[in-house]
Amino acid sequence: MKRFGVVIFPGSNCEYDAALGVTQLGAEAEFVWHSDTDLSRFDGIILPGGFAHGDYLRPGALARFSPVMKAVAHFALEGGPVLGICNGFQVLTEAGLLAGALQKNRGLTFLSHDTTLIVASTRSVLTSEATIGQELVVPINHFSGAYTCDDATYESLVANEQVILRYRDNPNGSRGDVAGICNETRNVVGLMPHPERAMSTLLGSADGLVLMSSFVSAGIAVG
Amino acid sequence: MNYFVIVDVTLREGIADPEGATIERALPALGFTGVTNVHAAKSFRFEVEATSESAALEKANSLGERLLSNPVIENAVARLAPGNRA
Repeated sequence: MKRFGVVIFPGSNCEYDAALGVTQLGAEAEFVWHSDTDLSRFDGIILPGGFAHGDYLRPGALARFSPVMKAVAHFALEGGPVLGICNGFQVLTEAGLLAGALQKNRGLTFLSHDTTLIVASTRSVLTSEATIGQELVVPINHFSGAYTCDDATYESLVANEQVILRYRDNPNGSRGDVAGICNETRNVVGLMPHPERAMSTLLGSADGLVLMSSFVSAGIAVG
Repeated sequence: MNYFVIVDVTLREGIADPEGATIERALPALGFTGVTNVHAAKSFRFEVEATSESAALEKANSLGERLLSNPVIENAVARLAPGNRA
């Protein structure tokens, strides 16, 4: 059975959602404290949502220096799948594992509602089982979710098909409606919306299933 | 000796500044006219142990780049704060 590590920073608060997201798909989830430095027992790593280190300084700015992040970088370099959801996405950009940065939302409003995402690329560990153009209803829950990067970075993200999800109706001012991206090797993904909270129609939407299922399928043990 | 230092963290040019824009929009309602180009920024004050002013600034600039700012969207510039002994 595939086993996924869900990293808990002081201030993470979506770790149970993330764990349920993978166990619901038949995989195992194990919490990993942010001071752990060995991730070799896992087939994939999730950085969940929340407010790591209180979001002090900037979201993700201090989490980047947690000991576990060296192990996450190593895991990613070896080709292991890494998923950052919401705050986890912010941590991955601060750590330099994903390009760009997340800024305060346009309008300076905390946004907590469903959004419609459009699959822009299926070449990533998060979108491999989706289809291009597919619309997915997935909730957002953030204050700093406006994706930002310079022109050269944006052009290269688009050219390399690293923009994997876009908002249909841009809620937060993200550049190019970007909701989620992947790295050049397509095994590190980050997105502001919460697919792990859209796993059942009883809770409003099951559209996150195809994303979480892609990620679980991508799970692979790395050196 | 210890030097008092300030690091100003400002958004890079071309990066959206929703805080500055919101403040600017609020000004007319308060009767402030003729105030434009509002930018929000952060500043950090601390003391640095160093052998010279330039060494203190170098350390502060390095700290500003590595931790206090996100170089993707922000610039960090250190300056000496008032109160340093000549």
